[in-house]
Amino acid sequence: MRLKIILTLTVLSGAILAWNLHRIFTQVPDEANQGAIFRIIYFHVPAAITSFTGFYLGMFSGVGYLIRKDLRLDSIAASINEVSLAFATITICTGSIWGRIIWGIWWTWDARLTSYFVCLLIYFGYFMLRRAIDDPTTRARLSAVLSIFACVDIVLVWKSIEWFRTQHPGPVLEIRGGGGMAPGMEAPLWWNFLALLMLSAALILIRTRQEAMKLEIDALRRHAHAF
Amino acid sequence: MNPENYTFMFLGFTVAWLIVMVFVISIALREKKLRQELDRVKRMIEEGESTRR
Repeated sequence: MRLKIILTLTVLSGAILAWNLHRIFTQVPDEANQGAIFRIIYFHVPAAITSFTGFYLGMFSGVGYLIRKDLRLDSIAASINEVSLAFATITICTGSIWGRIIWGIWWTWDARLTSYFVCLLIYFGYFMLRRAIDDPTTRARLSAVLSIFACVDIVLVWKSIEWFRTQHPGPVLEIRGGGGMAPGMEAPLWWNFLALLMLSAALILIRTRQEAMKLEIDALRRHAHAF
Repeated sequence: MNPENYTFMFLGFTVAWLIVMVFVISIALREKKLRQELDRVKRMIEEGESTRR
């Protein structure tokens, strides 16, 4: 059943991405000021929103562990956060490439970029912490607490373009009151978001199964040592 | 039009897909390693149980 869901999500995501890629290159015109490079937004923004969604789901799963003390919830949280971290890396890299053309620089210590970079560092720290702690309950508890702390930074990342007017563009999407994109240009972005969300769901399901295998291996090892 | 514009657009798309590919490959490698480890631990327990008998 799980395999069927993973396959369905992957195929659907691939189909939407292929169809959307075709639209982005053939139907969406170049942006008046930026030219062709603006199309990076179709991966940059959906990857960012996917990572935020994932980090929050990971945090809720971590909080679930703190309440119910079920290690499976910690495994789910770790799986979600790992996949979200991959999408956050995509966001930073694609943004940097866009910035090289539009701003003439790869990086600047602007409020949005810095807060997102801090978010990335916190989640890299999250996985370093998980590797460093052997006891599953201590690992799960500390990971959940760090996850809550990281989600506070995500609020800062999200609101930074409203609170601070620095290098990063302000809100452009209609849901944030930006109105900076024509409706025909914004629709493929949301389709890409849906596709990336499905892809991340498939990857999370695979990672969750792997985390369950890890728990099984740990349990069997304890059983073996009991001889 | 800046000629670098298209080059960097394709670079951006390539990097995005490359990160996804590297992540998927790392998941596949971990899957293989975990399966081997699970088999090894199961075998170890079976051997332990048979020697105890």
